[in-house]
Amino acid sequence: MILQCLIIFACLAVGELIVMFTGIKFPSSIIGMILLCALLKIGVVKYENIKGVANFLISNMGFFFIPPGIALMLYFDIIEAQFWPIFVSALVSTIIVIAVTGWVYQLSNRKRNG
Amino acid sequence: MDNTFVLLALTFAVYYLATIIRKKTDIILLNPILITIAVMICYLKFADISYTTYNESGKYIEFWLKPAIVALGVPLYKHLDSIKQHFIPIFLSQLAGSIVGIVSVVAIADLMGATNEVIISLAPKSVTTPIAIEISSALGGIESLTAAVVVCVGILGAIIGYRTMSIIKLNDDISKGLAMGTASHAVGTAASMEVSPIHGVYATLGLIINGVLTSLFAPIILRIMGYL
Repeated sequence: MILQCLIIFACLAVGELIVMFTGIKFPSSIIGMILLCALLKIGVVKYENIKGVANFLISNMGFFFIPPGIALMLYFDIIEAQFWPIFVSALVSTIIVIAVTGWVYQLSNRKRNG
Repeated sequence: MDNTFVLLALTFAVYYLATIIRKKTDIILLNPILITIAVMICYLKFADISYTTYNESGKYIEFWLKPAIVALGVPLYKHLDSIKQHFIPIFLSQLAGSIVGIVSVVAIADLMGATNEVIISLAPKSVTTPIAIEISSALGGIESLTAAVVVCVGILGAIIGYRTMSIIKLNDDISKGLAMGTASHAVGTAASMEVSPIHGVYATLGLIINGVLTSLFAPIILRIMGYL
């Protein structure tokens, strides 16, 4: 448990330090994720030593978004002013992105396989 | 009723009830994240509690978001071979998804009369919050609006994503995961993880690659379309 948390927080800490020292505009958490994946790949971290905490965090990820979601109450006035343009463009564009991403993958994968 | 532990317990309780309701019904609007956010906002407004006060509790929940994203490195590692094998179609889908995502939201918002500032704030709507905020502030958007829209788009994707994909006949596991992560970043990824770990892995990939591509393309596309 302690070791598992150590691995997660160490990867995140390295991510934070990289962002701090290089000034790159990239989320520290994604750098930490790539680092964890690399450590598993080269065998420094064993899957057995991380799976418990990792599965717990991943299976509850949706819940962790609730506070930033509740922060929406702070922005009601900005959203209200242009509600329809914001809502319709976000909704339609989300559907378009899902369709285009999925279709392009399926078509290019099919083509490649013959 | 604004005690830190009362608000924490309430958040857990509402979410727990919402997941039970979700299991017993098949109404897609009853997304547990959406329900909990709506109920908690109503409660805070009703009890006259500010977000700053709520955040004294909320920060303990939100804190786990970054470690959870780091943890996605584990399923990513388990599927590295499959990712390598499908790299070209994955990359092409990301290229298309990223460009179409920026162009469509900008064009529709403009047609419906949104102001320039709002249009720029909407451009990075599909990518994860830290990246979206960087893009928005660098190009002259409103950071807080971007943050709000990004959360909404995530929840929207989690709600309509799977329904949309069954209507348009996306049937491949990899394409489903990629589509969810590309359109709805980490909230979409969380939703796909619940459906299947394979979807979750490719959603993670969509979240990462689209984040990078959107930060490269958003300034170029907005300039070509004449908003900068």
